[in-house]
Amino acid sequence: MTREEVFEGLHEVFWDVFDDEDIQIRDETTANDIEDWDSLEHINLVVAVEKKFNIKFNMGEVNNMKNVGEMADIILKRV
Amino acid sequence: MLKELLYPFDAGYILAGKRRIRKRLLEDAAGYTEKRIAILGGSTTHDIKLIMELFLLNQGIRPSFYESEYNQYYQDAVFPCQELEAFRPDIIYICTSNRNITRYPAMCDDADSIARMIEQEKQRFYTVWDSLRATYGCPVIQNNFEMPFYRLLGNKDASDIHGKINFLTRLNMEFYDYAERHDDFYICDINYISADYGLREWSDPFYYHMYKYALNVNAIPYLAFNVANIIKSVFGKNKKGFVLDLDNTLWGGVVGDDGVDNIVLGPEEPEGQVYSEFQRYVKEHKQIGVILNINSKNDYENAISGIKHPDSEFSPDDFVEIKANWNTKDRNFSDIADELNLLPESLVFVDDNPAERHIVSEQLPGVCAPEIGAVQNYIHVIDRSGFFEVTALSKDDMNRNEMYRENARRAQLQASFSDYNEYLLSLEMKGIIKNFEPVYMARIAQLTNKSNQFNLTTRRYTQPEIERLAADDAYITLYGKLIDKFGDNGVVSVVIGHETDGECRIDLWIMSCRVLKRDMESAMLDILVKRCKERGIRRIRGYYYPTAKNNMVRDFYAVQGFNKISETEGNTEWILDITGEYENKNHVIEVED
Repeated sequence: MTREEVFEGLHEVFWDVFDDEDIQIRDETTANDIEDWDSLEHINLVVAVEKKFNIKFNMGEVNNMKNVGEMADIILKRV
Repeated sequence: MLKELLYPFDAGYILAGKRRIRKRLLEDAAGYTEKRIAILGGSTTHDIKLIMELFLLNQGIRPSFYESEYNQYYQDAVFPCQELEAFRPDIIYICTSNRNITRYPAMCDDADSIARMIEQEKQRFYTVWDSLRATYGCPVIQNNFEMPFYRLLGNKDASDIHGKINFLTRLNMEFYDYAERHDDFYICDINYISADYGLREWSDPFYYHMYKYALNVNAIPYLAFNVANIIKSVFGKNKKGFVLDLDNTLWGGVVGDDGVDNIVLGPEEPEGQVYSEFQRYVKEHKQIGVILNINSKNDYENAISGIKHPDSEFSPDDFVEIKANWNTKDRNFSDIADELNLLPESLVFVDDNPAERHIVSEQLPGVCAPEIGAVQNYIHVIDRSGFFEVTALSKDDMNRNEMYRENARRAQLQASFSDYNEYLLSLEMKGIIKNFEPVYMARIAQLTNKSNQFNLTTRRYTQPEIERLAADDAYITLYGKLIDKFGDNGVVSVVIGHETDGECRIDLWIMSCRVLKRDMESAMLDILVKRCKERGIRRIRGYYYPTAKNNMVRDFYAVQGFNKISETEGNTEWILDITGEYENKNHVIEVED
């Protein structure tokens, strides 16, 4: 899977979870950039990403992801 | 109604798409019952609330929520809580788990000290429930405890008093004891739901330590679905009956083609055993007041011969309506609903054929036709759907099938009379119309929540509210029972009025549709007038508030001789002057009051 494909999948998840197809994510995107992305929604995002790519994040990864780019990197390593 | 939210649902789809699903549900904003639901949590409850909202909306209930701060269930319940008091909950859900156990036994504890520990944990919860009941007087739903995710003693953890499994099991029994002694207190059985989901996955500690969820986030839809089922049942939105197909649903094969001797049913072969088990499962529903009907494309004689198969669990008498003909299934379905005086959506359609399910659920919006899969899955899918979630069992429930059958016999009798009044007299009806009495409080509350069609104001009452009104002198409360030569219909009508400014204002007037056109409503009015006159009341004021379902009583007060005094947006207000002589309207029911 290429990084572009990972981002394509991530876009679909973000659109679903935040019900907003205008959301455009980049490597640097963080929770500060998306209005509804608070700590409680973070768990939904994580669960939806896990399901989409059929992977499991570990605790350290969930805690330390700084932005969408790092999330994509972890996904690339797993799939 | 969204099919995506019916069991078996895709939990991941619901979790990821909850915002979109909510929007779709709210597009059809009409006809929702509004309810205020307080969630008092022992762990994070954010998504439980959001997903529960979806399932409730799908059941026609539009919730508003109070959500306690993280793990504040005890404080909110036991100490004065202004915010919760101002919220005035209609129902309270206490979402706790084994993460809320303060102390488990240690190996060195003796039996007495372990018994004391159980007593302490129990008292903590009893305090919560007693306090909520005293302050809010509304129904309470309480999680029991799921089993722990590890077993220090291995298998002995279950049988040894030091084991956590043993401890939680005993504590659960204390919860059930409270539930048995208190109406309007319901256990949400997460012990079963978690086992059904898979305890190891359910209690994945990742979600507790990361987000303080006491369960796997992926399991939330299953929990929320179960809680929503209890809530919809409390508020009278259970289904009332089955409409069942025959061929390949209640037995294997096609009785018309294969002949009754060749249908697959009974102990001779595995597939026949599965159908027998399903028949027993369906038949058990009669005990909880679910009525059974047949909707089959068959010649009538063939259908009956299949039902009478030597290994059949059924006889034709087990069914209220048997439609075995070559009409379309949606037409038969709506005929059955009409003849039972029920709304189509209160019946569940069980058919192995996806095309038939499709036509029935498309033609009759709101009707559930579960995707039951292969025969060995029928029970599982229907059972988990929670159509008939039991929150209160009245004696009437156990006899409901019989009552509807009696109605069918009455219809036959009616056909033999040309004069309707003579038919009514031939029924030898006796009515008992009295002030609310303790034995009927549960049934009265149930009726106020279940009646949609013959319901003038569609006000809903919980049992504690009913009990309060019965004790309040300002209120006139009447229940009506109707008995005739075919049987006892039980409590079928309720009227609640209150006295103010020398008049009686009718808050609620409902009647079960199974006694329509029996003049029971006139008998109720006669007694209401009598009670009013005893109090020196000079006039009675009635109200009609239209809903999607109560058009049948739009002109009820006019028919009863009231005068319309106002009308705004379909809401009408009516007056009956009773200062003069009042002549009883009912002449066919012998009334005891």
